[in-house]
Amino acid sequence: MRNVLTLFRKDLLLELRQQYAVYGVLLYIVSTVFVLFLSVGQTEPDTWNALFWVMQLFVCINAVAKSFLQDSRGRMLYYYTVTSPTAYILSKILYNLVLMSLLNFLTLILYIAFMGDPSFRLDIFIAISFLGSIGLSLVFTMLAAIASKAMQQASLMAILGFPVIIPQLLLLIRLSKLAFAETFQAGVPLQVVGLLLALDASVVVLALILFPFLWKD
Amino acid sequence: MPGLPHSVMRKSWWKIACVILLVYAVVGGLLLPVPALRQLEETIRNLYYHVCMWFAMMILFTVSMVYSVRYLRTLDYRFDLYSRAFAVTGLVMGLLGYSTGAIWASYTWADPNNPAYASFGTIAREPKLIGAAIAILIYFAYFVLRSSITDMDKRAKVGAVYNIFAYAMLFPSIWIVPRLLPSLHPGQEGNPALNFNDIDARMRMVFYPAVIGWTLLGVWISTLNIRIGLITEKKWLHE
Repeated sequence: MRNVLTLFRKDLLLELRQQYAVYGVLLYIVSTVFVLFLSVGQTEPDTWNALFWVMQLFVCINAVAKSFLQDSRGRMLYYYTVTSPTAYILSKILYNLVLMSLLNFLTLILYIAFMGDPSFRLDIFIAISFLGSIGLSLVFTMLAAIASKAMQQASLMAILGFPVIIPQLLLLIRLSKLAFAETFQAGVPLQVVGLLLALDASVVVLALILFPFLWKD
Repeated sequence: MPGLPHSVMRKSWWKIACVILLVYAVVGGLLLPVPALRQLEETIRNLYYHVCMWFAMMILFTVSMVYSVRYLRTLDYRFDLYSRAFAVTGLVMGLLGYSTGAIWASYTWADPNNPAYASFGTIAREPKLIGAAIAILIYFAYFVLRSSITDMDKRAKVGAVYNIFAYAMLFPSIWIVPRLLPSLHPGQEGNPALNFNDIDARMRMVFYPAVIGWTLLGVWISTLNIRIGLITEKKWLHE
């Protein structure tokens, strides 16, 4: 557990010192929102919702993709001697979770500022978007770990990731209609939330089981 | 030798059983009486082919995943060969299942005043079809991933990890998500055709043998691929 926190602190410090990565993603968010603002204009709530989630997806891919790239070969050799694969992957999961939650918040603010407020329950939408960003960051952390072993990581991550994430994304888009005052059958929203949390938990468990095999070449 | 013993792969009894079952399924499927249902009418016979493809695909993908697990446990290169061969056959079955389903849907769901391709947009939105499309995409991605890695051991390892991860993500979503979204596809409450009540006794007489037959055919094709693989990769297998 100490190892996890130390590795997490190291990632955070690196991010704060070499800020280009965070600024890169921020600029990515701003330009995407701006492009959407210019090209879409006035939107229906359904379109608003769908565009938001597609954007979250791409922001997540961009933010998470590099998490395994910055560790050079030499540094990995050092990690082999001082820490365990489970601690390493847990620290990455934790870091990406925090990063993605922050980015999610920023995206939401910018998106509402530019694309207008479609008159919805803001509190519910924020809660759902956080739930979504947790799920996205977990799945893509694992996929980034897999893709980092192959060539052409960026495009590979999209290929590997999209089919895996589609069901979750569909559930999220459906669930977030709750914020637009769409009526659901009683109990269905809770079921969906439970399902999403169960999927998240299973991703963490799988990462803990499978990552040790990816860890050493 | 670990895994599928050669003796089983080369045994002929299950291949004979496969041929007999398939001949029975094809002939019986076309000739034996079926319940007359409005709208479905004679297209109901497609159940013997479409649903069986789907079953065979799921079974083959499961086998492929099990061999991926065994590969990671033993790092025996043979298991990687097995896992890939079963995934290939499963993918073929999936594509066949998708196309037989598309033909079926174009006779039963499609708007008769519209040509079938015009209603593709609505049909492709079906949750069960989304599930099928995702399964096919995942296994295509699996092969792209494998081909992007040149080192053999690394390819086997990374491929096995993705295979297990994708399988674990795919199957809950195939089974759960369609039940949460509205759908035209039969089997809203469970797995279509598995339930004893929603399949006619006359059809069960053909359906179950057909499932076994098509699955055996898939296994047969996979074992042929495996045997070719075992010969071409002989120098890596440290025999």
